[in-house]
Amino acid sequence: MTAPLLEMRHVSKSFPGVRALDDVSFAVGPGEVVGLLGENGAGKSTLMKILAGVHRADAGEIVWDGKRTAFRSIHQAQEAGVTLIFQELSNCPNLKAIENLFLGREIFRGRSPFLDDAAMRRKALELFEYLDVRIDLDVEVRLLSTAVQQMIEIAKALLTNVKLLVMDEPTSSLTDRETSRLFKVIRELKQRGVSVVFISHKLSEVFEITDRIAVLRDGRNAGEVDAKTGTMEELINRMVGRELGSRAARVGSAVPGLEVLRVEGLSGPPVVKDVSFNLRKGEILGFAGLIGAGRTEMARILFGAAKKTGGRVLLEGKEVRIGSPRDAVALGIAYLPEDRKVQALVLPMNVRENLTLAVHRVLRRFRAFLGRKKEEELTDSYVSSLRIRIATREQVVNDLSGGNQQKVVIAKWLATRPRILILDEPTRGIDVAAKAEVHRIVSDLASQGVSIILISSELPEILALSDRVLVMHEGRVKTVLEKDQATQQTIMSAALVADGVVVRA
Amino acid sequence: MHAKGDPQPGRNIVRALVRTRESAIFLALVLLMTVIGIAAPNFLGAGNLYLVSRQISFVAIVALGELFVILTGGIDLSVGSVMALAGMGAAYAMTIGVPPPYAVLLGILVGLVMGAVNGALVAYVGIAPFIVTLGMLSFASGLVLGLTKGWPITDVPASFLPIAQGSFLGLPIPVWIAVAIAVLAHVALSTTAFGRRTYAIGGNEQATFLSGIDVKRIKFFLYLIPAACASIAGIILVARFNSAQADTGKGWELDAIAAAVIGGTSLAGGSGSVLGVLIGACIMGIIKNGLVLMRVSSYWQTAIIGIIIVLAAVLDRAKRRA
Ligand SMILES: Nc1ncnc2c1ncn2[C@@H]1O[C@H](COP(=O)(O)OP(=O)(O)OP(=O)(O)O)[C@@H](O)[C@H]1O
Ligand SMILES: [Mg+2]
Repeated sequence: MTAPLLEMRHVSKSFPGVRALDDVSFAVGPGEVVGLLGENGAGKSTLMKILAGVHRADAGEIVWDGKRTAFRSIHQAQEAGVTLIFQELSNCPNLKAIENLFLGREIFRGRSPFLDDAAMRRKALELFEYLDVRIDLDVEVRLLSTAVQQMIEIAKALLTNVKLLVMDEPTSSLTDRETSRLFKVIRELKQRGVSVVFISHKLSEVFEITDRIAVLRDGRNAGEVDAKTGTMEELINRMVGRELGSRAARVGSAVPGLEVLRVEGLSGPPVVKDVSFNLRKGEILGFAGLIGAGRTEMARILFGAAKKTGGRVLLEGKEVRIGSPRDAVALGIAYLPEDRKVQALVLPMNVRENLTLAVHRVLRRFRAFLGRKKEEELTDSYVSSLRIRIATREQVVNDLSGGNQQKVVIAKWLATRPRILILDEPTRGIDVAAKAEVHRIVSDLASQGVSIILISSELPEILALSDRVLVMHEGRVKTVLEKDQATQQTIMSAALVADGVVVRA
Repeated sequence: MHAKGDPQPGRNIVRALVRTRESAIFLALVLLMTVIGIAAPNFLGAGNLYLVSRQISFVAIVALGELFVILTGGIDLSVGSVMALAGMGAAYAMTIGVPPPYAVLLGILVGLVMGAVNGALVAYVGIAPFIVTLGMLSFASGLVLGLTKGWPITDVPASFLPIAQGSFLGLPIPVWIAVAIAVLAHVALSTTAFGRRTYAIGGNEQATFLSGIDVKRIKFFLYLIPAACASIAGIILVARFNSAQADTGKGWELDAIAAAVIGGTSLAGGSGSVLGVLIGACIMGIIKNGLVLMRVSSYWQTAIIGIIIVLAAVLDRAKRRA
């Protein structure tokens, strides 16, 4: 390595009750793509936030471009050439795509205070062309899918004069297609001498795109793995500190149970059209499809969170009316939404309060009072069974690492003891060990008789867990594949091809 | 993983107390009382404290009701005119011979109707609370003026007066009423599912809805609370002044909101506490009283209160950053 562009030396950082970083050193050379890996809560985001001036280190020093520095703000870091794409989306949901893109980097007409809309629009189109995504620039970003929003974040970063680009789980909600496009961009940046720090829990991706992988475990350095010569096992061992049991491919329910749920002709604006399927007791039904195929929308309608314009839902043979999530929960249906911060967590509340939010009915005494003791027991049992890493159960969920937040949401829904569990990207942003745990939990639930709808953009996950795979395309059910027919190829071709015509995703 | 036990539990408690959100404003309150006590020695006289505490209790009652809707990110601007309307209703009932206890209930009922209208419009029609309650503020005060033609109702029975003018164990009755409401409010907010959900809605309404909670219903019921509290305050004020005035409660919505904000309640919703609101109400009341005692012209008083409100917000902000 030539003289490094960035060197972080002996950095430590504590939050109340947690030692997030303990004497961590980390370096990046010019034009180098470095992976930063570790389990949930290992301190990856914290380290990068210290670099970008969001947090201040308790100890240690940062050498940037040969000079000792400590950026005081994101703005200052950006001026110096460090741009961070946050793990959690950080856009203004009420603004249009183009307004978000240029927020803080507006183009003006000459020296006047007036915005040059035409120039920004040209620039935006050029940029999205380059990234190969199609976006209606005039749509409010809250209406866009998480994946598209993430592409906007990436585009935003490319607008800055960047020397070091830090991407904190940029691919967590991207499909393979968008990911491969992103990788092309990263390689081109590298050619231009830009350095990249790449954080991800998708290990194969990390090996594909990085030169070198630095590992953190429990807030400490846990060595490095060479991306060319290292192996997946080596990486996992460094991250987890122990051997991980081989990923248990699910055997599948031997005897198909009775039909629990039957959906007939379900429709709802704007995407979902005439969706029919059935779900058996103890079955895991995978939902595959491209972004925009309508899987999330279908789930939201089924859960009563979005408007239904047609169709029937039968639960154990009886038609049910689900007008709100409340009805759904009362019927034993749970829905884990795809965006935890926006749709699942009450960020200023603590772990206990979030975890019990959906089970007040069970915890209430005299129809009103929440038994603190019961709440604590419930919380503790899920914290230990899902191995949620927290300082205390009174910790505010806003301060948890992304993966641990996701586990809190999973626990919240498991606590309702659902009959039907709809999982929308359940392992988004969670580490290998946790992912294996979630997979195990999902399998266990199925064998205990819970029926599961699994929506995931990760095909391996769908393939490993599902008994059957339903493929959606543009709001309709394209096909349902039995376990033995479902492969990466059959699913992708069903997801991509509409009536014999190849369409762009 | 849990926090390790501290070898000195005593110090731990002190530290925990200092760390609570209310500690900073409580300190401010103590400081304020000291300063005013020095500047205006008659402030700490038993007679004055008695009067101040009674004055504070009215604001506190209204502010406690306001707290509930503010916690969800809402607001109730109509409390002032609901006070007048409920007071008028109770007074009128008494003048036509309804026994005071029933008259009081009737007055509260009138207020609850207004609250229910607010709640229904906010929760089920989906109109912004600011607009709904601004409309109600105007409507209810107009209703009072229209019905009474601006005349006060004076001859309320003497048996009714003690709820404002009487005392129990050396404290004015209104103080006891405020304390009772505060205890109820605290229990509701900190131990019931209703309270938990109120905070949850303020923290993330969408997530609360997706947790299977009937957010609309809770919002509806929430708007009954400030209306009920305002009604109670309005009715006690009738006893305090021996008459029901059409302009009772004018501007009180701002005092109530200010007390809540000074007490650390976030107008964005999700955070705030009963204790904070009580301290906030005390600060408001004591400053007002202190300024009078120090013979500050009433023109300047409002300016100073404005400064205090903003200062309190700054203090709270600094405290949260720390
Ligand atoms: N603002 C904060 N206040 C308190 N604790 C925090 C804060 N931010 C992070 N932590 C804690 O610091 C530790 C490291 O968190 P960090 O977000 O850096 O993990 P991470 O490696 O990025 O994990 P993930 O893969 O889940 O995103 C965690 O235990 C987390 O709970
Ligand atoms: Mg992170």
